[in-house]
Amino acid sequence: MKIALFATCIVDAMYPSTARATVSILERLGHQVVFPAGQGCCGQMHLNSGYFPEAVPVIRNHVEAFEAEDYDVAVAPSGSCVASVKHQHAMLARAIGDKDLEARATAVGARTYELSALLTDVLGVTDAAAQMGSWYPHRITYHPSCHGMRLLRLGDRQSNLLRTVEGLELEPLPQADQCCGFGGTFSLKNADVSSAMLADKDANISATGAQLCTGGDASCLMHIGGGLSREGSSIATLHFAEILASTREDPAPAPDALRKPAGSTAGSIAERARR
Amino acid sequence: MSSTYLGMPALPAYGQGNLHATEAFPAAAQRELGNTQLRANLGHATHTIRDKRLRVVAELPDWEELRNAGAATKASVMARLPELLEQFEANFTARGGTIHWARDAAEANRIVRDLIRDAGADEVVKVKSMATQEIGLNEYLEEQGIAAFETDLAELIVQLDHDKPSHILVPAIHKNRSQVRDIFLREMPGVDPDLTDNPARLAEASRMHLRRKFLSAKVAISGANFAIADSGTLGVVESEGNGRMCLTLPETLITVMGVEKLLPSFQDLEVFMQLLPRSSTGERMNPYTSFWTGVTKGDGPQDVHLVLLDNGRSAALADEMGRSALHCIRCSACMNVCPVYERTGGHAYGSTYPGPIGAILSPLLTGITSEENASLPYASSLCGACYDACPVKINIPEILVHLRSVDVESRRGNAAGKKKLPGQMDVAMKAASWAMGSGRRMALVEKALPLGQLAAGPDKKIKKLPGIAAGWTQSRDLPAPPARSFRDWWAKERGNTSSKEKA
Ligand code: SF4
Repeated sequence: MKIALFATCIVDAMYPSTARATVSILERLGHQVVFPAGQGCCGQMHLNSGYFPEAVPVIRNHVEAFEAEDYDVAVAPSGSCVASVKHQHAMLARAIGDKDLEARATAVGARTYELSALLTDVLGVTDAAAQMGSWYPHRITYHPSCHGMRLLRLGDRQSNLLRTVEGLELEPLPQADQCCGFGGTFSLKNADVSSAMLADKDANISATGAQLCTGGDASCLMHIGGGLSREGSSIATLHFAEILASTREDPAPAPDALRKPAGSTAGSIAERARR
Repeated sequence: MSSTYLGMPALPAYGQGNLHATEAFPAAAQRELGNTQLRANLGHATHTIRDKRLRVVAELPDWEELRNAGAATKASVMARLPELLEQFEANFTARGGTIHWARDAAEANRIVRDLIRDAGADEVVKVKSMATQEIGLNEYLEEQGIAAFETDLAELIVQLDHDKPSHILVPAIHKNRSQVRDIFLREMPGVDPDLTDNPARLAEASRMHLRRKFLSAKVAISGANFAIADSGTLGVVESEGNGRMCLTLPETLITVMGVEKLLPSFQDLEVFMQLLPRSSTGERMNPYTSFWTGVTKGDGPQDVHLVLLDNGRSAALADEMGRSALHCIRCSACMNVCPVYERTGGHAYGSTYPGPIGAILSPLLTGITSEENASLPYASSLCGACYDACPVKINIPEILVHLRSVDVESRRGNAAGKKKLPGQMDVAMKAASWAMGSGRRMALVEKALPLGQLAAGPDKKIKKLPGIAAGWTQSRDLPAPPARSFRDWWAKERGNTSSKEKA
């Protein structure tokens, strides 16, 4: 299958390793990955903050960039961006009365998948260790992000995949369905409430005894990890794509290594394995 | 019957009363967040109701169908509102009731005052009612020399404490037992000085206090959960039985109700009486449900009135994107699951309607006219828990986003040239729109990523950001950006960026 990767702006700029992990998972499963060069952002930030006119060129660009590419399905390692592509793009086009854009946005949205949904529903992955060689021998916990959980109804797809990773121990997260308080510009406009929500989320994560928290949205993980880091916690965050991509030969960064400055992480997990 | 709509303005007028915040949400929230007792009380209470609600909802195999039916009924009511109101008025009047139309809070208050005076009373008993809170009736009556006694226990606690309700169903949710005991000892005339904070003792004290009022009051004031068009019936759903007392003992009964409470037929109750108790208190059925249809000679109030309140509802109805906020049956499920409400409590919203529904309903009823009310649609992380919980499927997140756009547009100014200066957020959004609207420009901007690394400390964390981003670094670090973007990596490692270009 020819799969178009929508890297999303935050992964592209801040977490390129998550996009690289997504590519490696899909290629290991025997699929061809293409990267539509014109892509930018899903426009969610503008839309959710009420800047509709500013969202229009961003959305139009997304539709055009993915129309320009030849592919079977598109994938993004982010529930909230996929929710935006699937639900908000056509809605905004309708709101500005652009029927043509509405139809095109609907078509692009219809074949865009969140990563775990693509793996589970389309590519038939039921056992990450057996089918992709996924290996990550650490104790982790998992935060299901709001948009994936409620707008996309991903259910247990992400955690079910994680459970099949060799060596991985999954600790249940108390009050997992509670929002981490990021909410895009909410964390800026209502920084105090957002911080209070984050404090509770991070306390729940700490209570699990896990060394790392994973999830399907880079933005939530950046928020959660930012709070843990400020508290001086040793618990790190890592996107589930990187865990699925982790193998004995090419391991993803280990939890404690994640906190160290970039560059010093490589090989640490391999070293442990050798010991 | 064409005269019925005369009470309603030709152009939608915005509502008044206790719908306006006096303080912007972030500031009010910051203050409330500092109240640790409030947060503990709220967290405990909302989690308890939340779990109960989930249990009883799970018992119904057709819950989703019920929600759909509730939403569909409400949508059709909104579409046929004038016609249904006329039908209701005809039936209510034919059975001996009197209808009064009130354009806004001031008009509704005056009507109620005049009715009380006509009955020769200077005190009234009250069933808990959102509509009378919305119009500030108690305060108004007090100014007019009429004493209004709340008979719902939680409402009574709030009233005795000269406080404001902080939840639409559990107005005293922010107070715990020992606080209630202190309030009773301080404010309740003739209370037993040895009163403990045992719930049964507290309830008993309030019963003793209220009994005198029930037996002496000549006038009662209620709200209504439902008004049935095809029979002219009104209904109140409650837990303590105080409502039943008020609805049957006094001679005069005055109900104040928003026009949106209408249901077409008695049969529609079948759906709503399953949705409401389960969503609100997490019970299969509430203890007391009272319906009354006009006047019955020699039984119950002989003088029955209904004040039909607009107070901004026509304006909300005129907002195509926002009108479904009027479907709300005031169950409070959305606030019980809302992570923002759970931490700030109801007072931070500054309106009779707090939580997610308040964040959309208050600005819809009053218009995005003040900076304070315009801050309400931002009081949400858009996590969507409210939409999932709402028994009539109001898409609260979508309406929040819509109202944010109304606010943003209002700041852009209008043709009259009343443009406000763009703020930091406006400028940032414009710049981001330019950059994110093209892969080429994104690549250009990402060339600056190494600059972000410079902003980070030796531990590769950014701990302080300027301007509107400062809120982020108040409690969170930001990781240093990577040296190169994925886009850059792909272009270099995989040669061409696109299969089309390769071909
Ligand atoms: S918006 Fe929905 S959940 Fe909230 S109070 Fe109204 S009916 Fe209940």
